[in-house]
Amino acid sequence: MSVQGPQQVLELARVSRTFGEGATAVAALREIDLSIRAGEFVAVMGPSGSGKSSLLALAGGLDRPTSGGVFVESTPLGGLGLNELARLRRRAVGYVFQDFNLVPTLTAAENVALPLELDGTATRKAQRQALDALRQVGIPELADRFMDQMSGGQQQRVAIARAIVGDRRLILADEPTGALDSTTGHGVMEVLRGRADAGAAVMLVTHEARHAAWADRVVFLRDGRIVDQAVAMHDPAMLFAQAGN
Amino acid sequence: MSIRHSLLALLQDQPRYGYQLRVEFENRTGSTWPLNIGQVYTTLDRLERDGLVSKDGSDGEGHVVYSITAAGKAEVQNWFAAPVERNNPPRNELAIKLALAVTLPGVDVQAIIQAQRVASIRALQDYTKARRDTAANQRAADTAWLLVLDSLIFQTEAEVRWLDLCEARMLQQAQAAGQASPRKSSNGVTVEEAAPLIADIRR
Repeated sequence: MSVQGPQQVLELARVSRTFGEGATAVAALREIDLSIRAGEFVAVMGPSGSGKSSLLALAGGLDRPTSGGVFVESTPLGGLGLNELARLRRRAVGYVFQDFNLVPTLTAAENVALPLELDGTATRKAQRQALDALRQVGIPELADRFMDQMSGGQQQRVAIARAIVGDRRLILADEPTGALDSTTGHGVMEVLRGRADAGAAVMLVTHEARHAAWADRVVFLRDGRIVDQAVAMHDPAMLFAQAGN
Repeated sequence: MSIRHSLLALLQDQPRYGYQLRVEFENRTGSTWPLNIGQVYTTLDRLERDGLVSKDGSDGEGHVVYSITAAGKAEVQNWFAAPVERNNPPRNELAIKLALAVTLPGVDVQAIIQAQRVASIRALQDYTKARRDTAANQRAADTAWLLVLDSLIFQTEAEVRWLDLCEARMLQQAQAAGQASPRKSSNGVTVEEAAPLIADIRR
């Protein structure tokens, strides 16, 4: 159970993940302790192979730890069956992937509505919520477009709309700006930041310092361990007060 | 930083007295580089000596008002027209620190890099937050401050990327040295092997 109270949206407690067995076993994550509160935006940085993507997969219930516990809104994912886990992922967790993972034969609005409809929401209500999510990412006018009629940046916005639709409390993003130009990447960060400011817990995996800098807290991974954290001062008035004098 | 040219440029806008120049400079650069009032007056004295500004008398409240001369206007024009000097790069303490660290025995270079990375990312977080808050105000007067913040963001990001590169190169060389060189320092790097890193710093 979660020890930090209900406002912890995500909690990883002494989580380890090892791939393979015996002499060829590779420890991807070693005894990770990490919590993210409602309204908090956390970025995870680290070199290739440091365990960033493994961490995200565990946080979203896409993978299970070798040891330790993962809690989403105090629910231990380890105690859930496959169907319950799938339901929790559809309702509470939104994912943004580098390669979008959108369905090419559906329109933007249908892609965004998909997780809601899979969860049993009536089509009309799901479409309404999908439009609302597309509005939040700034492209309501593209609702009826198919994927091959949209730019990479627009597709990524659709993917983000799908991740936030229906008021998800946990947003997980894996290098969501990878294929985008810097202006569009900036727009993606604005949306993620906006979701956190609206009360969601956001976890972003990135190797780009300028994107990590949008987070309240930056966690540094190395060889599967958290080695450091950087916490923003959050008081711009103090920014240059101690410098320069 | 050219205080001299900055003050001249502000005087081209309109005649001003010393304290006004300081306030105006800090408004336009978001107090990123605070000016002390003594610096302002010393610079005004020199500008007057060089014929680039002249005293305009007092504003009635005892402030000495300065205006720009024709020679001063030409100087401002030249300043804006010429690219910033590059042949004498400003001293970069971080680059110097790492250049020495990689060539001295017993220095944990990776720890230096990581400590700096955390500090740089924290600064980047603060600049990014300040930029977001300022942009949200949507005031035309903030344009100059936003440009300064963007510049700080780009510089800090470049610093972090350079740290990543240093670290990757250190690891590569430590591995190569582990296989080949009998003259390892405690970093696993010899002076000869560190040369490319120092070349990066110089670039």
